Parts: sequence; C-alpha cells; structure tokens
Amino acid sequence: MTLQAVVNNVAPMPASKDVVVDIQKMSLTFQTADGPVYALSDVDLTINRGDFVSFIGPSGCGKTTLLRVIADLERATAGDILINGVSPRQAREDRAYGYVFQAPALLPWRSIERNVTLPLEIMEISKEERVKRAHDALKLVELNGFEKKFPWQLSGGMQQRASIARALSFDADLLLMDEPFGALDEIVRDHLNEQLLKLWARTNKTVAFVTHSIPEAVFLSSKIVVMSPRPGRIIDVIETDFAKDRTLDIRETPEFLEVAHRVREGLRAGHSYDD
Amino acid sequence: MTTDAATLPAARTGPGLWTRMMKGQTGPVCVMLIGLFVIWYIGAIFMNMPGQLDRYARAKQDWTVSQLVEATLNQDRPVLPAPHQVAAEMYKTIFATKITSKRSLVYHTWVTLSSTLLGFGIGTLLGILLAVGIVHVLTLEKSLMPWVISSQTIPILAIAPMIIVVLGAIGLKGLVPKAMISTYLCFFPVTIGMVKGLRSPDHIQLDLMRTYNASRWQTFFALRWPSSMPFLFASLKVAIAISLVGAIVGELPTGAQAGLGARLLAGSYYGQTVQIWAALLTAAFVAAMMVVVVGLFEKRVLERMGVRA
Ligand SMILES: Nc1ncnc2c1ncn2[C@@H]1O[C@H](COP(=O)(O)OP(=O)(O)OP(=O)(O)O)[C@@H](O)[C@H]1O
Ligand SMILES: [Mg+2]
Repeated sequence: MTLQAVVNNVAPMPASKDVVVDIQKMSLTFQTADGPVYALSDVDLTINRGDFVSFIGPSGCGKTTLLRVIADLERATAGDILINGVSPRQAREDRAYGYVFQAPALLPWRSIERNVTLPLEIMEISKEERVKRAHDALKLVELNGFEKKFPWQLSGGMQQRASIARALSFDADLLLMDEPFGALDEIVRDHLNEQLLKLWARTNKTVAFVTHSIPEAVFLSSKIVVMSPRPGRIIDVIETDFAKDRTLDIRETPEFLEVAHRVREGLRAGHSYDD
Repeated sequence: MTTDAATLPAARTGPGLWTRMMKGQTGPVCVMLIGLFVIWYIGAIFMNMPGQLDRYARAKQDWTVSQLVEATLNQDRPVLPAPHQVAAEMYKTIFATKITSKRSLVYHTWVTLSSTLLGFGIGTLLGILLAVGIVHVLTLEKSLMPWVISSQTIPILAIAPMIIVVLGAIGLKGLVPKAMISTYLCFFPVTIGMVKGLRSPDHIQLDLMRTYNASRWQTFFALRWPSSMPFLFASLKVAIAISLVGAIVGELPTGAQAGLGARLLAGSYYGQTVQIWAALLTAAFVAAMMVVVVGLFEKRVLERMGVRA
C-alpha cells in the first residue's frame, strides 16, 4: 500500500460531516412581465455526502427551481451556495452531478445505448469505455437488451429508466432528480423506488429527489425537506433512520406512518399559511 | 379461350379494379391527368380556331367541323400546341437527336441542370452558414436577418440582368453567373428553415447539454444539427425547385445560346410555340425529379436517424 493510499484511507472525515450541498440564506426572484415572482426565499439547506434528500411541497413552491439552482441552471438572486465546496458553476463544469429531468428528454434519433453514451461523448471518453459504461448503467436500471432500440420503442417508464441510466453513466457522486417517477403508475413506481434505493445503498451516492408523493419521500429518504409556496420556503426538515436495506414492507410500520404523518402536518401548515 | 383464362382470375380477386386504383395514388393522379389532357385539347381547339378560320377565309377555302378541329390541333405555330404535338417534339429532341447536338433537349437540359445544381450547392451551403451564424450570434440575427429578408423582396427579373452584366464585366460568363442567380434565390428558404430547425430543440434538451457542460459546438453537433434535419429537407425541396427557376431566368437576359431558358427565348423569337412548351414541360419534369430525389434522400437520412416509420 502506498503512502497516498494510506492517507486516503485514514484522512476522510466521518462521512456524515462531508458536506456536498451548502446553501445559506438563498433567495431567487424571477423578473417577469407581470412583476417579480418570489420563487425561493431565505432557504438554508445542508446535504451531506451519502444523504438521500427528498423535497416535497405543493405545486409551485420552488422545488424544481431549488434543484436547478444547485445544478447551475438558474442563478440565485441572493445568498451563498457551495457545491462540494465550490460555486455551482464550477461544480457544473467539474461535472459534479447527474440530473434527471421530469421528462425523459431522450434524443429521438439516438438509440438507447447512444443516448446513455451522450454525456460520455461530450466528456470525450473513448468509444470502448463508453460502450462498457453504457452497458453497466443500463444493467443498473434493468434495461440491458434494449441498447439498440430507439426511444419511441420503449414505454414511458422504460424511457425514464434510460434517462436515469444516462445520468448514472458518468458516475457523478451527486444525483439530482426532479420527479423522475411522477408520470408512472403506482406499481412501476414502487419497483423503481426499490431499485433506486438499492442503487443508493450500494453506491453511496448523494441524491436530491423531488416528489409529490409522501410515501415515496418517506420510503426513500434519509432526510425529508418540506416546503411551502409563495414565497418558496423550507418549513420542516425531517431526518429518518430506516435501515439502508429496507423494503416496501416498512410502509406498514408505525415508525413509517409517524414520519408520514409529520410530513403531512408540515404540508398542511404550509397551506394554511397561504389562505 | 386462353385470353379468358388469363383475364378472369385478375378480375375476380379482391375489390374492383376501380376501388383499388382509387385507394392508392395512381388512380386519382390518372384521373387528374386525363382531365387535364381533355381541358388542354379543348383549349387548343378554341385558342387556335380564330387563326385557322382566318386562314380558311384568306384562302377562300371551304371547311367542315372535323377538318377545322384536325387543323387546329396540327398547326405549325399554334397559339396553344396540342399535347401530342408537344410530345412529338419532345420525343424528337430528346430521343431522336444526338445528345451532343445543339438541337437536343437533353443537351440544353444538362446545361441548365449543371448551373442549377452548382447554384443549389452553393446556396444551400450559404443558407446553412447564415443560419448557424444567426442562431449563435445575437448581433448577426439583428444585423443579418433584415438583409436576408429584404433580398427576396427584389424581383429576380430585375436583379438577374445586373448580376449577369456585372459578372460578365469581370470575365465570368456562362455557368457561374447563372449559378449565382440560383444561389441568390435558394439560400433564402434554407436560411429561414435552418434558423427554425437549429432553434427547434426543447429547453429541457438544451438544459441537459448544459448539465454536461457541453461546448457550443458539442451542443451544435449532438443536438441542434440532428434536430434541424426535417427542417433542412423541407427547405431543400423548395430550394432545388427555385434553383432551376433561377438558372432558367439567368439564361434569358443575355440571350444565352444553350439551356432550357435559351430554348424558351429562341422559341418565342421565332414563334415556335411547340418548342417553348416542350422546354417548359421538360423543365417541370426536371424540377419534379429533383424534388423526388431530395425526398428519397430525406427518407434515407431520417430512416438512419431511427425516426419512426
Ligand atoms: N423561468 C421562470 N420564469 C418565471 N417564473 C418562473 C420560472 N420558473 C419557475 N417560475 C415560477 O417559480 C415558482 C416555482 O416554480 P417551480 O417550477 O420551482 O415549482 P415546483 O415546486 O417545481 O412545482 P411543481 O411541483 O408543479 O413542479 C412558480 O411560481 C413558477 O411560476
Ligand atoms: Mg417542478
């Protein structure tokens, strides 16, 4: 073992203290034709390495906007944001994250395999390596065998899985997912939730996950961020400690229902504020 | 007996011949064509009749209706030649004449076609380059677009002689000036189509490229260019047809010696209406064929891009 390896083995701080996303007093106002829209206001948020953080809140409360700020697709109007200790822009340029959009956004003229290799092509990775990584990523989402198919030959759920494979292909440590399963039926959704959880448990990636579904949020997350609209704020942060190898069965347990209840209360409080 | 045996099964299979014919394209197109020929013949009879009656009167000759009709359809220099006259002229000048001869329509078609294709090539390239510039550079959009549009508000018939004369003065004659006129006409639909095509990717697709920190060129080749293909081919079909128009118009002002335009011009000098119509129909046929070729090319490209059949 080289000295470097020894240092690497010993040096890391305790995993929970390793901060991936650090947001302080962040606000974002859109200037529109009919006046300013206060999308986010005074958001404080810390995401540690290995966290699975869900964002839940009513439509229009700024969940997508928050994710887009982290991804440097939107610029905050105030506050400090650090991703891996650098600015969001620097983090994007370092390809620090994989982003899964609400729609699959596959390119229709590329086969599934070539859709998955798209980011690798842009990162100028060799062809051989690209094919290998695409193969691995497609296997993770159980889409092996569909490499040569075109997007229109796949169902909506399969397309969304392909888009997850694409975000996984370059092995970024941070995954940003915006309602990736929003358009899928309950059964497929449950299945994909379990797969995603396994993936997370195995790879120790950090995941930021937007959802509208309370059970989904509680089942997947190590941390649930409840938001309220106008202006978008964080009104509650709930930490859970379910086992990493949990299965869908835990949804019947009292602990699970208790957390779900707290999330629902938070959402309700956010709404009454609105009236 | 044998003929019966051969025809009967054909008549009995499936729905009637008429229904089957009208289902596809062939049936309606045939009906259209027949209708057109009928109208054409009637038109030829009536338009050539006054001249024929004059001639009879001058010659103090008696005539019957059938004689009159036959005569109107077989004049040497009719106002409107009949289809069979045009067909005979086309057969004579396309198939029965050596293609190197100045009388061969194939020769003239080639002269026009070569400058059409050259102009089309340059025009397409220019159109695409302009579109790429306009899409990527904001100042180009503001400064270039008005010129692109106003260039097409000037009638080509006004511009063509100037281009021919100016280029002629610097020693460019023949193929190139004609091609320039084609270029002038055909870059426009390509620019307009490609600006739209290169801007056709969704926001979400552009955001996706941004998350990969893709450069402008990477975004261009991976996203914008493939997205624009349907727009490109739609523009090319328009462009190639008007490119031919440009080449023909380019042959008119100088009284060119060769080309379909020259045939039109010579025909009108000498009242050779049959020759004019033969050249016109050839031009129309060539234009249609070129559009078909672009269409086939489009099909190939889109198929290879995996577009759903
Ligand atoms: N580009 C934009 N310009 C102006 N206003 C915007 C823009 N993007 C979002 N908004 C506004 O910001 C607010 C938050 O939008 P956002 O998309 O983040 O909500 P969301 O929580 O993701 O909602 P949903 O659950 O419906 O996806 C909304 O009021 C929306 O109208
Ligand atoms: Mg959203």
